[in-house]
Amino acid sequence: MLSLIVFTPLAVAVLLLCWRGLPARAVSWLWIAVTVVEVVAVLGVWWAYPGEGFAYEVDRPWIPGAGAGYHVGVDGLSLPLLALTTVVFAACAVYSLRRQPRPRQFAALFLALQTTCLGLFVSLDLILFFVFFDLSIVGMYAVIAGWGHGPQARRSALTFFLYTFLGSLALLLGFIGLYVAAAPHTFDMVALTRDPPTRGVAGALVLLAILLGLAIKTPTFPFHTWLPPAHTDAPAAGSAVLAGILLKMGTYGFVRIAMPVLPDAWRRHAWVVVVVGVVSVLYGALVALAQRSFKRMVAYTSVNHMGYVVLAVGAAGLVAGSDAQARAVAVTGAVTQMVSHGLITSALFLLAGVLYDRGGTYRMDAYGGLAGDTPRFAALTAVAAFASLGLPGFSGFIAEFQIFAGSLGSAPVAVAFALPGILVTAALFLWALHRVFLGPARHRLSATADVTAAETAAVLPLLALSLLIGVFPRLLLDVVEPAARAVTELVAR
Amino acid sequence: MTERPLALLPELLLLAGAVSTLLTGAFLPRERQWVARLVAAGALLAAVLATLPAVGERTTVYAHSYALDAGTTAARLLIPLAGLLVVGIAAGRVAGNRRETEFYVLTLLAVLGAVLLAGASDLLLLAVAYLLSSVPLAGLAGWGRDRRGAEAALKVYLVGALAGVGLLAGAALLTALGGGASDYDRLAAGLAGAPSTAVAVGVVGVLAGLLFKIGAVPGHFWVPDAVQGASIPAGALLTTVPKLGGLLAAYRLFAVAVPADVVDWPLLVAVLAAVTMTLGNFAAFGQADPRRLLAYSTVAQVGYLLMAVAVAGRAERALPALLVYLAGYAVTNLGAFAVLAAEPHDTLDDYRGLARRRPWLAATLVICLLGLVGTPPTAVFAGKLTVFTAAWDGGLAWLVVVAAVNTVASLFYYLRWLVPALSLPSGPRPLRPASPRGPRVVAVATAVAALLGAAGALPLAGLVEQTLQR
Repeated sequence: MLSLIVFTPLAVAVLLLCWRGLPARAVSWLWIAVTVVEVVAVLGVWWAYPGEGFAYEVDRPWIPGAGAGYHVGVDGLSLPLLALTTVVFAACAVYSLRRQPRPRQFAALFLALQTTCLGLFVSLDLILFFVFFDLSIVGMYAVIAGWGHGPQARRSALTFFLYTFLGSLALLLGFIGLYVAAAPHTFDMVALTRDPPTRGVAGALVLLAILLGLAIKTPTFPFHTWLPPAHTDAPAAGSAVLAGILLKMGTYGFVRIAMPVLPDAWRRHAWVVVVVGVVSVLYGALVALAQRSFKRMVAYTSVNHMGYVVLAVGAAGLVAGSDAQARAVAVTGAVTQMVSHGLITSALFLLAGVLYDRGGTYRMDAYGGLAGDTPRFAALTAVAAFASLGLPGFSGFIAEFQIFAGSLGSAPVAVAFALPGILVTAALFLWALHRVFLGPARHRLSATADVTAAETAAVLPLLALSLLIGVFPRLLLDVVEPAARAVTELVAR
Repeated sequence: MTERPLALLPELLLLAGAVSTLLTGAFLPRERQWVARLVAAGALLAAVLATLPAVGERTTVYAHSYALDAGTTAARLLIPLAGLLVVGIAAGRVAGNRRETEFYVLTLLAVLGAVLLAGASDLLLLAVAYLLSSVPLAGLAGWGRDRRGAEAALKVYLVGALAGVGLLAGAALLTALGGGASDYDRLAAGLAGAPSTAVAVGVVGVLAGLLFKIGAVPGHFWVPDAVQGASIPAGALLTTVPKLGGLLAAYRLFAVAVPADVVDWPLLVAVLAAVTMTLGNFAAFGQADPRRLLAYSTVAQVGYLLMAVAVAGRAERALPALLVYLAGYAVTNLGAFAVLAAEPHDTLDDYRGLARRRPWLAATLVICLLGLVGTPPTAVFAGKLTVFTAAWDGGLAWLVVVAAVNTVASLFYYLRWLVPALSLPSGPRPLRPASPRGPRVVAVATAVAALLGAAGALPLAGLVEQTLQR
């Protein structure tokens, strides 16, 4: 079942690549149909999920000699991200209706990318995880280099590729370290979690390699420098996937691999993670405040929002002097934040794409007074911005509240430092809204520039889901909480 | 009874194939030389088929001088198959040439030499195999009989002769130290009590010859010049066939003959591996000619392959790792050369718009170059994964870190070729320069093999015996 969900997009991608005569409209609708079917399929999996532990496990020998297997399965940590992936890709498919040059290749590339993202979140084997991790980089490189706009697109794509490839190799080194330390040698995450292999200095070095790989992908300060140029030059749908899904691969790696497999080293070095998280929160917020480009600003708020996740997972490792329940809340908050950020930031990037499409620039000074001319666009952007700054009623609030409440017990100083981040984020979003939508008009856009039905259909569900989680958080938390408790216990052993 | 001529059937078939190809070519008019090509291809194929019944064999023949085990079997399968691909690449380039037959004969002899190199379990046989595989290489490098071909041939021949002297001297010294025994089994026992300085000198001598053969530092100087000067099919052969034989020979020498407690050869090989991969990668950075770029890339690849040799006999899965990597490397490297042969250009920029002119060729280039980087799920990824794991297992974690950093660096120059190839210039659809079919077919076939290699080759690796026969 899971394999079917994972590999169906790839199969359709191959079909699209080979079928040269397919008209562009048919390509778009086929793409949308596949992504919607994927959403429905994952909802079905969610519906049937028993509530705890791994479900839909498949464990086949793949590379018997090297100890790697085709081991997939879902639990409360991966299921929300799986659902998020299908939703964001469906939104991108709808958004890209009648928009891109070379639609057939674009759709095929996105479908292939969807396979790598889905595959990563269901992997329970380190090599399988690495394969999808690496392929997602290649796919995103092709998106930025092939469909990016701006004179620097190729350069940005190259920076992205080299930087994240470095991260993926650091990750591979860490995985090999785990493999060699495990007895018997294995790459299986479940087996490694059951019996954590490394301790002491070796554990610290392996953790360092894995953290480096994940931190580059997340990205956290100081490894974030590939992110702004990549986002600036990527097409809107590419940015949405990059921020919405690919960044989550890093943070998902923390809760899926780093914490359960290296509990000893994680506990000992959790304070480093906390510090990196706090610095990312503040640095991301302050740099975002200084941006003039709307898209770069959103990109830097990603650094900020991912910082909260890193802070939470770090705080969950500070076992001494804190109770298990609080740490479980922090991990729950981290996973909720991944989902929430995925929804909201994807929406913001798609809206940024609309802005660029109509005005030809991301510079916020070039607009102004858009609220009067394009009211629907202004409304959607305002809702997304408020959701992103953590307004109660949206998912971001639930996530950040849990992160702070859960981390306060174990890392009070860090939380005190990170709190102003929320304030800065609120200020920067309000200021951005002010510059783009209020005041005298400095643009030449008319009411016809407002969002189209397709664009609304792409963005609105993302925001609606954020609202749904904000109002009825149990829908999500019922699945996440047992898994988060399990991770907390695994770290504390 | 270990004197069984039929045990050497694949080698004999290669030899017979070389002779009959030469005779066929000599008696055929120029426009009918394709018959000679068929004979050569048939001989290579027959050698592969003749190997299949002997796959599980574990013995040595002719007084322990030639081993029949996993290493030899792999060589007997991989090297003729690589030769077959070279013949395919050559089909478009050398067809109709006056000396077409010579090319195939030299290819067969080079393949035979490489197979013998891999199977030799005796220093004297190793020396013979070295010479047998060196001379055809020089001939192939100079096959075009132009100025650059002459330079290439001279380089291969002179550096090869120099390294050959080292190999012969080292072999003589080791044989003397081992109490007059030259076969690896008795040599290992004899060397155990020998003075380590003298053994070290002998090992360095033999290693010098093998390093030349595989194109590793310090014997790598000939590689870029020879690949650039020789014809493209010859370049493909020069960077694939001798490497396969030489690396297996080096593995066998260290795993079987030289005890690690007498000479610290693992450290020596590890340092050579690190230097080779680093030098190959950094030298490839500045190359504008795709042939030189590929040549330096093969030098870098040998660095990664030497990692498996460095842990020979110490890491549990070093031999399967080496074999998986060799298979993946051979297929992927030949694929890249096949693209080069299908559309030869002198600079990387000339490949601009390849994706539009020939989408299949561009896709092949992407798969092969990203494969050489080690991107999953290609065959070289499987090789890198297993080799890295084996090296770490053998206690060389630092070398794995060096190799990982090198891999990132290598991405940079492979992308220098890929970016123009994939860029889409505006304007009308460009004219497609004529391109022979042979290399294109080989290119696409190797790309498929390289792409599916990880899934296909790795399960087989689990079946490989983990030690070599004494």
